Amino acid sequence: MEVYLDIVASGVLTGLVYGLMALGLSVIFGVVRVVNFAHGELTVAAMYMAWVMAGSLGADPLLTLPVIAAALFAVGYLLQRHLVERFIGRPEHEQFMLLLAVSIIILNGLLLVYGPDARHVQVEYAYDSFELGPMLLDTVRVYAAGAAVALALGLYLFFRFTDLGTAIRACADNLLGAQVVGLDVRRLYALTFGIGCAVVGASGTLMVLMRDATPQLAVQLTLLAFIVVIIGGLGSMAGALVGGVLIGVSEALAGFLLTPSLKSLFSYGLLILVLLLRPEGLMGKRT
Amino acid sequence: MKARALLGVLFALLLIAPAAIGAYPLAVLILILHYAYLGIAWNVMMGFAGILSLGHALYVGLGAYVAAALYASFGLPALLGAVPAAVVATLAGLGIGALGFRFRVNGVYFALLTIAFAEFTRILFDHMGWTGGSSGFFLPVEHGHTNLIALRGPPILFYYVALGMTAAAFVASHALMRTRLGYAWLAIREDADSAAASGVDVFRARMAAVAVSSALTSLGGVFYAFYYNNMYPEQIFSMARSIEIILAPIIGGLGTLFGPVLGSFVLTLLGEGTTSLLEHFGLAAPGAKQVIYGLALLVIVMVRPAGLWPWLARRLGVGRDG
Repeated sequence: MEVYLDIVASGVLTGLVYGLMALGLSVIFGVVRVVNFAHGELTVAAMYMAWVMAGSLGADPLLTLPVIAAALFAVGYLLQRHLVERFIGRPEHEQFMLLLAVSIIILNGLLLVYGPDARHVQVEYAYDSFELGPMLLDTVRVYAAGAAVALALGLYLFFRFTDLGTAIRACADNLLGAQVVGLDVRRLYALTFGIGCAVVGASGTLMVLMRDATPQLAVQLTLLAFIVVIIGGLGSMAGALVGGVLIGVSEALAGFLLTPSLKSLFSYGLLILVLLLRPEGLMGKRT
Repeated sequence: MKARALLGVLFALLLIAPAAIGAYPLAVLILILHYAYLGIAWNVMMGFAGILSLGHALYVGLGAYVAAALYASFGLPALLGAVPAAVVATLAGLGIGALGFRFRVNGVYFALLTIAFAEFTRILFDHMGWTGGSSGFFLPVEHGHTNLIALRGPPILFYYVALGMTAAAFVASHALMRTRLGYAWLAIREDADSAAASGVDVFRARMAAVAVSSALTSLGGVFYAFYYNNMYPEQIFSMARSIEIILAPIIGGLGTLFGPVLGSFVLTLLGEGTTSLLEHFGLAAPGAKQVIYGLALLVIVMVRPAGLWPWLARRLGVGRDG
């Protein structure tokens, strides 16, 4: 019985990091209304940044996280300003092609520079664990999940209580109204894309604590982020975390009870059920 | 008239091409025709009826596995095996369509549903023992004899089969667009609610589009199985395959008849051209070709978001359908 408790707990912790990654996708779609098909590629790019800094500076990914998040904010801001902006309001398949091209370039750029081998970041506390009642929790997962929750909370507070956050929400709720009251929508969109990518940067940095970085991981992570966001509910911040936890636990249980290669079968099954029965997601509002 | 003459010239050139070219260009032409065919099949759903599928690899894979398994187990020739292959793929398509349309899963959400089913099936086939699981399924190869019915023979046989399939699919979709159903698709693509209000049975028309598209796509899968003689779930059902299928029609021009063909020529030649250029300059490294490919794609999407064919058709002075 106790082994199940450990597995579920580990799934919850991993799932919170998945949730943070999906939050980036959700924020961008919720405001800019563009589906970021390069999401996994950007996540993996952040993982490589963390790996490079860990290798050259010996820096713990938890410490380089702000730097990587800032770098990805810049990437997102420029991406929106120079490429995505022109495709706002255009048919979905054109936006898809644009971000697909971006994702191909990022993915193969990483492959070209770093090769196909898995890159591992070693931290001192890699094999440590916490004892919590009857449970044994990996220290890395506890740190990563803790950071993910703190960042998600910070993001929530930012959107809820700052002027800039309120302005961005205004663009999402009523674009015409936002333009009428004189908000600079183009700038706000670019900031939102930047924030979404910064969140991706943070989650990629945390992910590298739990998983090795390879270019091939990118497509998997893009799909994972979609699954989490749809299950949790697009545009719902709490939903992304709940969806992440659900997928994290389902992956962990399937990996333990059956075989690790079957773990995403259940994620896709869950996605199909949610799409059919509750397309607005578990925590989303019905529109 | 001018469009038909140009098409006739292109078809005639493709008919005599094998006499003039070597084995490698022939293989490239087969690849071009294969993706042009799959693009035409996908275009029926997205280009004509406006239903975005990002999971067409599912139908390629089902078609390939059904026909290949029937040939390997019972010696059923490919042309006969194509019937059950198409039936299975069409049933799968109709199942997904019925679920999606009944439960009002639209746009990007429907696309995600198609991805989910394709990935689900990929993982199932990865674990299915009797089709070889993740280590793949192989067709017995016998050299030396040519049999059109069984799709066994040298590359030139496959070239003419691919050419015939592409030409037939092109003519069929041209004809379909002039039927009542074709006009219903266009009406639904432009505005589903208005179409319903003017008496179009939206559900049935959409189901018809899925049926035609999945059946045609599965035949492409049968071709794939017998041409390559091997299939792995990880490749044939993959998301990457689904994306490859939709690149040509979108780059060529969504909803146009000639777009998928043009797109396939441009993209395949771009890919092959980059490979040989990089090899020539000794720069071939994993990822290099795809980076250039991605950049070219980016430029095309930025400059011609509606695709190359509408623009080229205007240049040539032919109707945009061509």
